[in-house]
Amino acid sequence: MRFLSNLVTGLGLGSVYAIIALGYTMVYGIAKMLNFAHGDVIMVGAYIAFFALNRFSLPLIPGILVAVLGCTVLGVVIERLAYKPLRQASSLAVLITAIGVSYFLQNGAQLLWSASPKMFPAIISSGALKIGNLSIAYLTLVTIATCIVVMICLTLFINRTKTGSAMRACSEDKDAARLMGINVNGIISLTFAIGSGLAAVAAVLLCANYPTVTPTLGSMPGIKAFTAAVFGGIGSIPGALLGGLLLGIIEILSKAYISTQLSDVIVFGVLIVILLVKPAGLLGKKINEKV
Amino acid sequence: MKNSKGIFGYLLDSRHRSRTISYTMVIAAYIILEVLLHSGSLSNLFQGLLVPATCYLVAAIGLNLNVGVSGELNLGQAGFMAVGAFSGVCVSGLLAGTLPAIPRLILAIIVGMLLTAGVGFLIGIPVLKLQGDYLAIVTLAFGQIVMNLIMNLYVAFDSTGIKVSFVESRFDLEPGGKFLINGPMGATGTERIATFTAGTILVLFALVVVYNLIYSRNGRAIMAARDNRIAAESIGINIANTKMMAFVISAALAGAAGALYGLNYSTMVASKFDYNTSILILVYVVLGGLGNINGTLISTVVLFLLPQLLRGLQDYRMLIYAVILIVIMLVTNNNVLKTKMGSLRRKKA
Repeated sequence: MRFLSNLVTGLGLGSVYAIIALGYTMVYGIAKMLNFAHGDVIMVGAYIAFFALNRFSLPLIPGILVAVLGCTVLGVVIERLAYKPLRQASSLAVLITAIGVSYFLQNGAQLLWSASPKMFPAIISSGALKIGNLSIAYLTLVTIATCIVVMICLTLFINRTKTGSAMRACSEDKDAARLMGINVNGIISLTFAIGSGLAAVAAVLLCANYPTVTPTLGSMPGIKAFTAAVFGGIGSIPGALLGGLLLGIIEILSKAYISTQLSDVIVFGVLIVILLVKPAGLLGKKINEKV
Repeated sequence: MKNSKGIFGYLLDSRHRSRTISYTMVIAAYIILEVLLHSGSLSNLFQGLLVPATCYLVAAIGLNLNVGVSGELNLGQAGFMAVGAFSGVCVSGLLAGTLPAIPRLILAIIVGMLLTAGVGFLIGIPVLKLQGDYLAIVTLAFGQIVMNLIMNLYVAFDSTGIKVSFVESRFDLEPGGKFLINGPMGATGTERIATFTAGTILVLFALVVVYNLIYSRNGRAIMAARDNRIAAESIGINIANTKMMAFVISAALAGAAGALYGLNYSTMVASKFDYNTSILILVYVVLGGLGNINGTLISTVVLFLLPQLLRGLQDYRMLIYAVILIVIMLVTNNNVLKTKMGSLRRKKA
């Protein structure tokens, strides 16, 4: 029973990682860049949600929508100002710029909102659903449910809409997509918008689970989620879900049964083992290099 | 200097030039700073920055070998520095009563370097099987693992010998015993034996190693493997060996830098060597120019000092640092500017 309840907690944490990992994986799939600033977009989302809910005491749903809107705008602005001029540059140049953006957001947040942690309000009643001996916190249920809803909406969007197929086309071959009349820059902006909007959702869920908001809040979940995206095969949306969930479960289980201090070692160790067995991640496509 | 495709004569000429420039820059900087140091015109703050600057220089030169010359993105250089730092601190702590400071420092750096080279080799076996972004994320993972392991490591010694424990310190020390590494608290009470002169010598050593490697047969093999893996393989270059060579030497230099760094502070925690530090060093290397050692030297010094020079701007300094970083990347990768610079360079030649 303890195992089951740990498993559910792991699924809850994994759902948050999965939503963040979607942002990494979509941006990687379309723009072929590692967006190191994604974790800091989460942090900004957390602050916006905090101020919306606490300072302006908006109700929950409008509060979250404000955060989503804020992050979406932020994501698009970052893309336009910092990444778009580097479309032709080497991937390392883009990586360093993303790191610069990350520093900028962290230090900007520190200046605007100070480094002292802020307590995120409880947004979901602290009760728990009891099934026999097993009790699952409502918060965990809501987190998992949100992740499922996000995944379904995103999959439908990517597979069933015209914009979605344009996105898939861009991720496969940008030049061919351009020849087919797809606005590639628009699609890239849209990808950043969706990824950043999801980051805000993840921020609210993260802060509901761990209610301290600080300027560096996003960096560790960011790295973990990035790991999750690679775990599942970067660029693959189901891969991000699988990687996120697995990572959350591994982290919680190793905290519960092996060692709290060494949980990160185990998480990253499993990543390395998986990449050695499947070098493109669990669901990634292996592209053979042509001579 | 990026690839060795040019005319042989040009290469021969330019290689002497860039080497000479490197050594001259380091020695000139050393002499000027020593003069300033002895005339007392350096502030305490600035004096404290000298040794760390040389440490970052060595680590960055090493990383440039890995990222620039060998072409493999490494996001775990700080992990190697951590290995060097803590092994160096242990060596120095153990021999505190038996050896004077200078041989102890040299021994600590050598042990740190060799141990890190060993760790680099072990990590390199799985890492170098991967390519591109996957390789990068695995080095990041290894950096985090190394840091977390050291944070849970307890090393102590007393009259009965050295004791090592993991996760929890399970030993009671005899009177007079001392912790060398105390888990999350890191190394405390380290005797600060690192000097600026030692740092400068280490920088020169790193330069000699890297330049001699780059312009050797092996160095050309490493660059060939970077530029075209398949072509290099088809002319009989052992890709795995060449990549490993660059990786291990890069790690060893980071380890030496770490040992010096660790012995420059009385307390050192492993979390100092998290991925932010790795990225910091990577920024130095990329801004200096991949494969360009002189660029690395300049950009490391400038970027290391920049936050200090911006101190007058107080809270805004890191924000401005970030903006400068982004602007440099945007400007140096601007196509219009690049063509202009290119035509200027051609005219000069």
